[in-house]
Amino acid sequence: MRRLGATKVQIGFQSLSDDVLRLNRRGHDVAAARRAVRLLRRAGFEVSFPREQTCCGQPFFNSGFRDQARKLAERTVAIFADEPAVVLPSGSCTTMIRKEYPHLLGDNPRYAYRARRLAARTFELSEFLVHQAGWEPPPGEPHGPVTYHDSCHMCRMLGLRAEPRRLLAQSGHEIVEMAESDRCCGFGGVFSVRMPEISNAMTAEKLQQAADTGAPLLVTADPGCLMQMRGLAGESAGQVRHLATVLEEATR
Amino acid sequence: MTASTGEFRREAAVAVADAHLQAALETATGRFRTAREIVLAELPDADRLRDHLKAVRAATIANLAGYLEQFEQNATAAGAHVHWARDAAEASAIVTRLARERGVTLAAKSKSMATEEIHLNDALLAAGVTPVETDLGEWILQLAGEPPYHIIAPAIHKTRDQVAALFVQETGAPLPDDNIPTLTATARRELRQRFLDAGMGISGGNIAVAETGSIVLVTNEGNGRMVTSLPPVHVAVIGIEKVAPTWNDAAAWLALLARSATGQPLSIYTTVITGPARAGDPDGPEEVHVILLDNGRSRLLDTVYEEVLQCIRCGACLNICPVYREAGGHAYASPYSGPIGAVITPLLFGVENYPALPHASTLCGACQDVCPVRIDLPRMLLELRAEEVRHGLASTTESLLEKGAAFVLAHERLLRLGRGALALGQKPLVRNGQIRLPAALNPARERDLPSFAPRSFHQLWEELQDE
Repeated sequence: MRRLGATKVQIGFQSLSDDVLRLNRRGHDVAAARRAVRLLRRAGFEVSFPREQTCCGQPFFNSGFRDQARKLAERTVAIFADEPAVVLPSGSCTTMIRKEYPHLLGDNPRYAYRARRLAARTFELSEFLVHQAGWEPPPGEPHGPVTYHDSCHMCRMLGLRAEPRRLLAQSGHEIVEMAESDRCCGFGGVFSVRMPEISNAMTAEKLQQAADTGAPLLVTADPGCLMQMRGLAGESAGQVRHLATVLEEATR
Repeated sequence: MTASTGEFRREAAVAVADAHLQAALETATGRFRTAREIVLAELPDADRLRDHLKAVRAATIANLAGYLEQFEQNATAAGAHVHWARDAAEASAIVTRLARERGVTLAAKSKSMATEEIHLNDALLAAGVTPVETDLGEWILQLAGEPPYHIIAPAIHKTRDQVAALFVQETGAPLPDDNIPTLTATARRELRQRFLDAGMGISGGNIAVAETGSIVLVTNEGNGRMVTSLPPVHVAVIGIEKVAPTWNDAAAWLALLARSATGQPLSIYTTVITGPARAGDPDGPEEVHVILLDNGRSRLLDTVYEEVLQCIRCGACLNICPVYREAGGHAYASPYSGPIGAVITPLLFGVENYPALPHASTLCGACQDVCPVRIDLPRMLLELRAEEVRHGLASTTESLLEKGAAFVLAHERLLRLGRGALALGQKPLVRNGQIRLPAALNPARERDLPSFAPRSFHQLWEELQDE
């Protein structure tokens, strides 16, 4: 993108405050959002933030409430469609906009074209930093071992396995791979409320596999996973961190 | 059978709390997962073969009626009798009629998901025919009175001790020790005579090959051969979607079936049955009957769910599924468990009877990833969920919550207002940056929720602009 001369991106967080989490059980942490903005600036981009943005609609889509999802999708398209690029520090929201919007809004002539255009211009943070920005974190001091959890949306829906690892490695982190790094953390949005016993058991397995690596930090690029894993990490909640947070701190 | 969310959760909670069961499940599925990866990597281009098989399956399903008629024609020409069963009752009635007409009182069965699906054993018992399962896993479950736990490894959840106890109960004789050779020898001794006594052998079928009218059986224990060759009558029950137009197509299917299922290049036995014994054959049944079972499958043609008919029942999706691996097979209350079960159980037996199953998934996509024909199971779960909402099957509470939340999210100022109030109200509950809810409000108990940041990103944005 930079090669093309673009220097402006919109940042979209689906929701920018933890409040939405209360309502739909997804959520971003504010700190990660703030750090994502700083990272994008370090990569040379001007970041704007449309205040009226709320939720991409994925929780409703995933629960089968298509009308509600469509309404929020239309709203999001209207807010973001004219921007050169929209960056989200969330694999899951990126998946919703890129993979689901085009057919969710495909029948509506008012939105179909803009939905496809937005889909093509929406990027997950690490994807954007590596491929669109061509950014390389400045080599700094070594920061010690981390283990990385591939969220389902990042790795299977968006095919982003190498990008977050590359940024972590470039910024001085040693990545210790856990067993089944791409095994679901157990969140699954409303699943975690509907079937908490299974959800928690899945998360316990994930946290155990992460702990077995001996790495003190567990990093992930999806706020949903972050919330779920933190929720069960007890006193170690602070050791489960968003990719943006870890990268931003390491590249100051 | 039914699976409400409550029933699913209760069964799953039992499985989650059972450390022995969890260990057994993890060992078995883990072995399958590892072996699958190894044998797929041995193929020159496994991904291309998967794409090829998918194309074959899609094209077959698109012209299913034509291939089934071709199968019927060629099977009949080879001397088999082909029966068409619209549903479970018709299929069971055909089998019991054949048994009654021939005076059969004992039927030996090899492992078959189609006969589990139609509850054939119950129908046989009601008709005065004793069915004996001869697949080791199925026999164990028959003794235990349980449905299968896994599509290809039905007794995956049973420990050696539990099996030994069942065998002692059945044979009435104490076991000198419960080591594995003793157990298998017991099963062998008990089952051997029943193959010889049975008046009818009942099997399923992994593939029906249209160009020759043949049935292919894929087994590991050899019981499938005995069931289909010792008794004078062989009845095969097979789902209508299991047809392969040609032997070339069947070859691609076989190359991926055992590899995806158990991680074997081929199963120990691959049995091909084309009609009854011919004059001069040393063995084989006098009669072969093939029952083509619809039972809700044809309803899926030309719908968003048609792709699920491409399934070859390898079970790879169960072995990878993080939900199945915790919840176990019985929570699904269906012979078909795991991701494929979560899709086809509601489709075949009614979404209103299995409201939990479309939601028994985090939509993680691991199932589609390992599926030999890459069936988009997460997409179908989403479609089923949307169907539930459309038909008013979602609970009133859920509908209100979902619609209310969507309304707030569509009104940004309302959202900000609510956030402000909650950020203040949470204070007594926050510990370590997380909210710990009182037990009454926190069904999962040990899970904390993130607290609201003191200030929202909207508020921080002003500051960030000055940085």
